[in-house]
Amino acid sequence: MAWFKKERPEKLGSEAPSKKVKIPEGLWVKCDNCKEIIYRKEVEKNFKVCPKCDYHFRISASERLPFLVDEGSFLEVEDGLSPKDFLNFKDYKDKLKSSRKKTGLKDAVISGEARIGGHPVQIVVMDFNFMGGSMGSVVGEKITRAVERAIEKKTPFIAVAASGGARMQEGILSLMQMAKTSAATARLADAGLPYISILTDPTFGGVTASFAMLGDLIIAEPKTLIGFAGPRVIEQTIKQQLPAGFQRAEFLLEHGMIDMIVSRKDMHGTLAKVLEFFSNA
Amino acid sequence: MAQEYLEFEKPIAELEKKIEELTLFTSSGNIDLEEEILKLHKKSDQLRAEIYSRLSPWQKAQISRHPNRPYTLDYIEAILTDFIEMHGDRAFADDPAIVCGMAKLEGMPVVVIGHQKGRTTKEKIFRNFGMPNPEGYRKALRIMRFAERFNKPLITFIDTPGAYPGLGAEERGQGESIARNLAVMSQLKVPVLTVVIGEGGSGGALALGVADRILMLEHSTYSVISPEGCAAILWNNGSKANEAAELLKITAQDLFQLKVADEVVEEPIGGAHRDPRRAAELLKEAISRNLAEIRNIALPDLIQQRYEKVRRLGMFDEL
Repeated sequence: MAWFKKERPEKLGSEAPSKKVKIPEGLWVKCDNCKEIIYRKEVEKNFKVCPKCDYHFRISASERLPFLVDEGSFLEVEDGLSPKDFLNFKDYKDKLKSSRKKTGLKDAVISGEARIGGHPVQIVVMDFNFMGGSMGSVVGEKITRAVERAIEKKTPFIAVAASGGARMQEGILSLMQMAKTSAATARLADAGLPYISILTDPTFGGVTASFAMLGDLIIAEPKTLIGFAGPRVIEQTIKQQLPAGFQRAEFLLEHGMIDMIVSRKDMHGTLAKVLEFFSNA
Repeated sequence: MAQEYLEFEKPIAELEKKIEELTLFTSSGNIDLEEEILKLHKKSDQLRAEIYSRLSPWQKAQISRHPNRPYTLDYIEAILTDFIEMHGDRAFADDPAIVCGMAKLEGMPVVVIGHQKGRTTKEKIFRNFGMPNPEGYRKALRIMRFAERFNKPLITFIDTPGAYPGLGAEERGQGESIARNLAVMSQLKVPVLTVVIGEGGSGGALALGVADRILMLEHSTYSVISPEGCAAILWNNGSKANEAAELLKITAQDLFQLKVADEVVEEPIGGAHRDPRRAAELLKEAISRNLAEIRNIALPDLIQQRYEKVRRLGMFDEL
C-alpha cells in the first residue's frame, strides 16, 4: 500500500471511452453519469434512478406522474390547446411535428388534478422531451389555467419544471408567458394557497426566472442542473472554467436558493407530508 | 459627445463631414459657400429621413443600442426634476446597472427605476454594460415596495442587453430575483408605467416591465433573445442576425401589433440620439398623458386590468 493515495477528482463524463461492449437493445441501459451498464428492469424498479450512483435519469412527464401522485388519482385536464406558428418561424412547424410524434403530447406540459396522500391538488408536469421543455404560449397558458383552477377550487398548486427556458420560436409572446405565469402564482399567494415547486433536470432560463422559483416551497431532485444562464454562456462571458458542481441542486441548496433536495423515490411521501401541514386548520 | 455612425448611416456621415469642411473653409477664407452648405444640409436631412423611414429590424436593433442614444439618467434629467437617487438592495450590494430614486414629474412625486448603460469605456464597465446582477433587481424590488408604501406612481425605463450571465449572478439567484419582480409588479398597489427606451433584452428587461402601460420608443426593440443569439442557435452563425431579427419580430411596431406595447412614441427624425432634447419632449408628453389616464383608474380595477393585460398574451389554437 502506498503511503499517499493520489486523489483524483471525480469529474462528470470525464472517463475515457471504455472497450466496446455489445449491449442488447432494450435489455440494458448505460447510466449517463457513472457509465455503469445496468439491467433496465432494475433501473425501472428503482424509480428510474441509477442503483449504483443515484443518478436520476431524465424522464417524461407521463413516466413521472405515477411517482408523484396517489395511484390512479390523476385526472388530466385537457384544455384542447395546441401551439401555433404565428410568427412563421423557421422550422417551427417541423419541430412541433417531430416533438408530437416523439412524445405523444401537444406541447411540453401535462396539466391536471390529482390527490397526494389523499389531499387534492392541481398539478402541472413539464416534459423536457418536447422541444426541450420550452415555454411558449400553450405551456404558459396551461400553467396559468392550472393556477387559476387551484384558486377556484381552493387547492394547493404543484409545478414540476423541466425546461431549457422560453421558446424562441414564439418570440416576445413566449417571454410574456414568464410575466403571465408569475402573475398567476402571485394571485395564488394572495388567495392564501400554497405553491410547491419541484425542479428537475434541467431547469433554466425563462422558467427559472418565473414560476419555478416562486414556490412557497422549492424542492429539487438530486444533482439537478438549475440556473438562469446556461453554463456555456457563462463560461464564454467570464472566460473561466466553472467550479465543479456549479448549478447543481446541491449548489443551490448551499446558496440558499431552494428548500430541500428530495430523491425521486421519496418525493410522493415528502409531498404528502407537506400537504398534510397545509391541510390542518 | 462625438457623433458615432452606424454602417447604414455612413452616407449621412459623409455628407455631414463635407458640410463641416465647407463651414470651416467659409469661416477661414473669403469665399462664401453659404448657399452650397444650405443645399447640403437639406440633402442630408432628406437622406436621413429616407434612411430612417425604411429601417430593417436589424438596423432598428442597432439603433436601439446606438452608443449616442439617451440612457435612463438622460431621460430622468430631461423629463423629471428633483431626482434623488437611492442605492442598494440592503442585502448584498448596490448594482450600478440599475438606477432608481424619487423625482417629480411636472411637480408630481413619482418613483423611477431604470437600467443604466455607460457612455465611456470606464462608465460602461462601471455599469456592467447595463446588465444587472440579482442585487440590481432586488434594489428595484425594494424601490417598488417603497413606491407602494408611499403611494407614488412608478415609472420604469427598460434598456438592457439582458441580465448578467455571471457566476456570482447564479450564486445569488438571478432567476429568482427576476421572477420575484414579475410577481410583485403584477400586484403592486400603485400605477405602473414602463417605457422601453432602447434595448429590451429578454427576462432581464421584463423584470422591470410588468406594467399598466407599456410604451416603446419608435426605434427601441424588445425580444426574448438577441438576434445574434437566435442566429447562433438557428444557423450556428451569429452574423446572420439580420435574418433572425426579421423572424423574431422585435421592433416597437411589431410589439404594438402583438399587443405587448400600448403605444409607440415617436422619435425625432434620425432617432433619439440625433436630437435627445426633442426625444425627451415627445416622451414626456406620452408619459404624462398615460400616467394621467392610469392614475384615474380605481386601484382594484387597475390591478385587475394589469393582470388581464398580461393574462391574454399568447397565441394558440383551442378546440
